[in-house]
Formats: sequence, structure tokens, C-alpha cells
Amino acid sequence: MAHITYVAAGGQSTTVDLPDGWSLMQGAVANGIEGIVGECGGSCACATCHCYVDEADLGRLPAPAEGELAMLANVAAERRPTSRLSCQIKASPALEGLTLHLPDTQE
Amino acid sequence: MVVVGAGQAGLQAAEALRAGGWTGPVLLLGEEPVGPYHRPPLSKAFLAGRMETAQLAMRAPEALARKQIALRTGVRVVAIDRAARELGLTDGSRLPYEGLVLATGARARALPIDASDVRGFFILRSLADATALSAGLAACAREGRPLVVIGGGFIGLEVAATARGLGVEVTVLEAAPRLLARVLTPALSEWFEGLHRSHGVTVLTNAQVAGLDTDASGNATALTLSDGRRLPAGAVVAGVGAVANDELAREAGLECDRGIVVDDCGRTADPHITAAGDCTARRRADGSLLRLESVNNATEQGRAAALALLGQERPFRSTPWFWSDQYDRKLQMAGLSAGADEHVLRGRLEDGSFSVFHLRGGHLVAVDSVNAPREHLLARRLLDAGASPMPAQCADTGFDLATLLPAASSAGGA
Repeated sequence: MAHITYVAAGGQSTTVDLPDGWSLMQGAVANGIEGIVGECGGSCACATCHCYVDEADLGRLPAPAEGELAMLANVAAERRPTSRLSCQIKASPALEGLTLHLPDTQE
Repeated sequence: MVVVGAGQAGLQAAEALRAGGWTGPVLLLGEEPVGPYHRPPLSKAFLAGRMETAQLAMRAPEALARKQIALRTGVRVVAIDRAARELGLTDGSRLPYEGLVLATGARARALPIDASDVRGFFILRSLADATALSAGLAACAREGRPLVVIGGGFIGLEVAATARGLGVEVTVLEAAPRLLARVLTPALSEWFEGLHRSHGVTVLTNAQVAGLDTDASGNATALTLSDGRRLPAGAVVAGVGAVANDELAREAGLECDRGIVVDDCGRTADPHITAAGDCTARRRADGSLLRLESVNNATEQGRAAALALLGQERPFRSTPWFWSDQYDRKLQMAGLSAGADEHVLRGRLEDGSFSVFHLRGGHLVAVDSVNAPREHLLARRLLDAGASPMPAQCADTGFDLATLLPAASSAGGA
């Protein structure tokens, strides 16, 4: 399990407890958090689950794979050094307390 | 406003009605007992038992409630009364509508043999199908019994890959001379056949199914082919294509031709009815009909169809795209390669990472890539921009395709 905090573009913050193995996209969608779409269902094919990992947490994540890096070129909002696709990040105890900031648009 | 069908297209339509400014009621009707869910994982992680049902949900109930979208599941519409603008439901009740989006999807094409009552026989369209097949595959893995896949299309091959991952022995039967014949060039078909063989799958092309044998309790035991061959089977899954659910529209007098005929905006001839997703056949500028079964089509058409009911034109003409995951390979397709007269390989097939550029009259019309996501995204943007590399540039991996993009669309590039 891991508590993940999603901070909407408008500043509203929601913290949810995710089972291990759930992607952070699934966690957002299942908990009704707006700002993450995940149109392709988590197949790293659509770039609509874009998020910014809090800078303080960036070092806790494994580097993105080639497919994710490629899709990040297609995100709708500004791409930043902290940009990730939330469908490619899986909850685990190592991510306890992680914070994600959501972009203002996904499409 | 009523949306019939709570899949990808229906959900997008319901949300687009709100985004488009409709403030009246929005009713989303689904035939299945559950709300909108992601179908792509049904042939992959979910089928392998690595995903819970809750992880497939497309929206939480509160997310729909916030948008004031009323979801009713387990509801079947049996008739459209266009004159009265009312729907008839199975329970005999009638439901008035101001505008109607038909997003009824598609169903699995039936086999020429009747196998529906056979235990161990499966199809794969819905969550219920996937749950049953997943248990069937787990049983095959446990008991060391083989799986026979009828149909060498995307669903059949993804199921084959998942089953191999579970350690199940797999045979894939394809009626055509090659796999994925309707969508891939011969060289790519051959590459995919090689991929599956390298993972231990037996691939039989030109294979015609003649019958399904069962034991006394009705369990599948073997499949027989028209040439007399008999393949032992603990489970059989058929993935031989899909048929559009266009009967509602057809019976209401709307034009249907292997799908509900719509224009670029999802409009039918009835100004109060639009349609989107797998149930449609889109009339193109040249008069031909295009049937696409994909997440991308469902999403784009769902939005277009909703906005068209609100009098807003948002035609879906962008480059269609599609993907398929098999083993550790991701095939990404963009554009429509049918009608292409030149196919240029970029990269090497034997490296397992390459793209095929399809040109028609020297102009780029489609790109298929395997494990080449950057190149693919770049190619998709070329297609969107109407830019076309020369065949020699397509083949030259040293040539930077990004230089062909118009300045604006290359900003923030790959």
C-alpha cells in the first residue's frame, strides 16, 4: 500500500491509499480524481494520464522506459523535467507519501 | 439527452455533452451490469490474472455524479420510435429523448460451427467473457491442457501471447494464408508469425475449422479441421472478427451497411440521432465506408457525435491510430495502409524494432511500428501534418524525420 497525494491544477489536494501494483492512473480514476484521463486504459498509448511528480519525490521513481519517454512528447500540457505518465508508475511501499501535481489539460 | 451504450464511445459522448454546454439531463444506458470499463487489458494483464476488476473502471461513480451524468446499467433498449422520439426498453417502459447517441458497440462474429453450449469454449468482448476465459486459461495451465485459438487477428494473437505467458500450450488457427492479413503487409504478417513461433506457439494458416468435439459432460476435448486434422484442446477461444450492433438503428429505418452509416461528425440522417464507435460505418469524402474498431475511433467519434447533437461541428478526420501488445512487443499503427502501393522498411526486422512506412502515389498514408515508439510518434505527427518523407528518407535511419515537420508542430518534439 502507498498513500499518494494528487494535487489538482486548481490547488485542491486529495490523498488516497493505493494497493500495491495499482498504477497511479488507476488510483486517480477509481477515486474520482479529475485531471487524469487514461483513455487507453494504461497501455502507454495515449498520453492522457500525464502528471508532474513533485520534485522532492522525483528521485524515488525508476526512470521512465523508452515507450513512456516517447509518449511524453505527445502530452497536451507543458512537458517539464518532472513529467511522467501515471499509468506507468505502480504503487508500492517505496512510494509511500508521494505527491503528484496534475496538469490543467490532458487533451 | 440519452446515450445508448456505456462503453468507451458512450462515456465520451456523455461527457462531451456536458463539456459542450448541455445543461439538461444526460442519461447513459448500459446493457452490461457494470459501468464503463477499459477493454484493452481484457486480452492482456486482466486475462493473465494480474489485474483486478476495479482497476478497469473508467470513471468512479462520483466522477459521473459530479458531471450530472446518470448511469443506468443492465438496461437494454429494444426499439427507437423516431416519430415520438422515445426509446422502448425490455421492461416495456418508454423513455423520451431530445437527442440520442447510439454507441451500441460490436459483438463477436459467430463461428460457422455451433459451439455456444460447449464448456471450455470462449469468445472475448466483455468483462464477463474475459473473466470466464481467464479462469479457463488458469485451468489449462494447472491441468497442462492446450488452448486452441481460432482466428489469427489481434484478439486471437493477444490471447495466444497471454496464454503462453501462463505456460499454456497454444495453437493458433487462421483461415487465411497469413496472420493479420486484413491489416498488415505480408512481411509484417510473417514477422508476427515468427514472433509467435519463437514463443512456442503452433501457427496453422489456411486452417478451416470443421467441428468441436466434447466429452459426455459437454467439455471441449478437441477441434477438428476440414482436412481431417484433430487438435486436442482443453479450451478453445474464437476471435474471428466483430459485427456491428446496428439492429436498433436498422429497425428504426436509419441507413446501415455493416454498421450505422454516419458522416465525419457522427450524424445519421435523423437530426436527433448520432452514432459513435464500433457500431458505426463512416462515410468518407469519396463515398466509401470506413469501419474502425479502436479506442481512438470510439473516443473521437463519441465526442463528435455528442457535439453534433448540440449543433457544434467537430469532425473526426485526424489520423486514426491503434496498438497491440504481444509478449514484449508493442505494435503501433497510424493512418490507413489499405490502398498503399509502396511499403518502405525503416530499421531491421531481425532487430525486433522497426517501422514500415506505407506510401500511396509517393505520399505517406500510414506507418506501422514495432517497439519504435519515438519514431512512431514522429511519424504520426507527419501524418497529422500531411508531411511526407521521400521513400529513401523513410528507409534511412540516419535521416531525422523531425526536420520534415512544420515548425509549429515540431516545437517540444521528441
